[in-house]
Amino acid sequence: MEENIITVTVIDREGVAHKLEAPTDMNMNMMELCKSYELPVKGTCGGMAMCASCQMYIENDKVTLERNEDEQLMLDEAWNVEDNSRLGCQIHLANEMDGLIVRLAPEVDDEDDW
Amino acid sequence: MIETDILIIGAGPVGLFTVFEAGLLKLKCHLIDSLPQIGGQCSEIYPKKPIYDIPAYPSILAGDLSDKLMEQIAPFKPGFTLGETAVSIEETEDNQFIVTTNKGTKHKAKNIAIAGGLGVFTPRKPPIPTIKQFEDKGIDYIVKDPEKFRDKKVVISGGGDSALDWAIFLAEGVAKEVSLVHRSKSFRGHLDSVQKIMDMATEGKIDLMTDSEVFELKGDSDLETVTIKTKEAENTIKKVDYWLPLFGLTPKLGPIAKWGLEIEKNAIKVDTFDYSTNREGIYAVGDVNTYPGKLKLILCGFHEATLMVQSAFKRVHPDKNNVLKYTTVNGVNGF
Repeated sequence: MEENIITVTVIDREGVAHKLEAPTDMNMNMMELCKSYELPVKGTCGGMAMCASCQMYIENDKVTLERNEDEQLMLDEAWNVEDNSRLGCQIHLANEMDGLIVRLAPEVDDEDDW
Repeated sequence: MIETDILIIGAGPVGLFTVFEAGLLKLKCHLIDSLPQIGGQCSEIYPKKPIYDIPAYPSILAGDLSDKLMEQIAPFKPGFTLGETAVSIEETEDNQFIVTTNKGTKHKAKNIAIAGGLGVFTPRKPPIPTIKQFEDKGIDYIVKDPEKFRDKKVVISGGGDSALDWAIFLAEGVAKEVSLVHRSKSFRGHLDSVQKIMDMATEGKIDLMTDSEVFELKGDSDLETVTIKTKEAENTIKKVDYWLPLFGLTPKLGPIAKWGLEIEKNAIKVDTFDYSTNREGIYAVGDVNTYPGKLKLILCGFHEATLMVQSAFKRVHPDKNNVLKYTTVNGVNGF
């Protein structure tokens, strides 16, 4: 492993797996990483755990399933929440996450009524 | 018909600051916003969050930033159409635009500045397949007139302030029966409100159902029952007159997506010379626009608005030359 670069896999909503190189020394989180690769993660609130548009399912044990308080409160009002749901913006990239696999939660607030 | 020089769509920080820069050029502004209050995301999503990258403010709360901007633009007496969404746009023969809101209010201006941020704030709707068929037939996402619920049986879902506040309000002598359904035992709303809900539940004024979720809706034409699942318990079927899923708002680009503007990745493409769009006289500033190198920062929106109004001036006064004037020299001369 190159210093401070890990590999994480993001499975998009079509089931396609994207293997991403992720820097761990740039204070980035999973929401931002997805956005930097132009994956369809909105991150509407900018990372304040206030919108749940970056909800993802953690598919292996490379990161804890424990949520912080704000994250839990937001997920309590989100849809399609599973036991392995987390908000990408609250997962800060770190070296021990090398090999992490996540799956993007369905997007349900994108329908346009106009 | 409201007439102005620059019609600004979106009363967030960038829309507000546009009024100031336009005012320095003696251009009048009017703002439309779908929210009932000014401030955009700053007031709707994060009023109590500190912002650290506003020049000369080491830290300022988003709500305070909106208030300060209102103070700064006051000399230029902007007009406001709040709580209405700009829906359609038409061009007149004399090269102006008429923008009509969802409530039919018409605005005429030579220049349109779209400062719409991430779009129109719209209610977050639970993904229940039948939800649409009961909209306005027993389901409301926003409480407009609480009297509607007098002596009715109401179920409210959500864990934030609007769910808590309306549950408290309606249970205090308005509705016949109020239930609050939330998927967790903890709430996002203010601690005082949470305590109040707990007290009212103990007193039997509210049926508080935690670890619970509405998952099924039934009714012939109007909504008649909601089915609620509760962790480790039997499902409950409740007879209701109304179900209010109050899960907050989320922005969507909305009607401006259909205004014939070039859109890329949910944002409006602009020329960075003057932040003009592909339609002459329509500009886009702040988070709603995109261009190579775009950063969605309030700070950048202020800059964009400042350059944009120079071009807007030219459209209002094609025969006049504009000279940059410093506020240190000329002060601020309001209308």
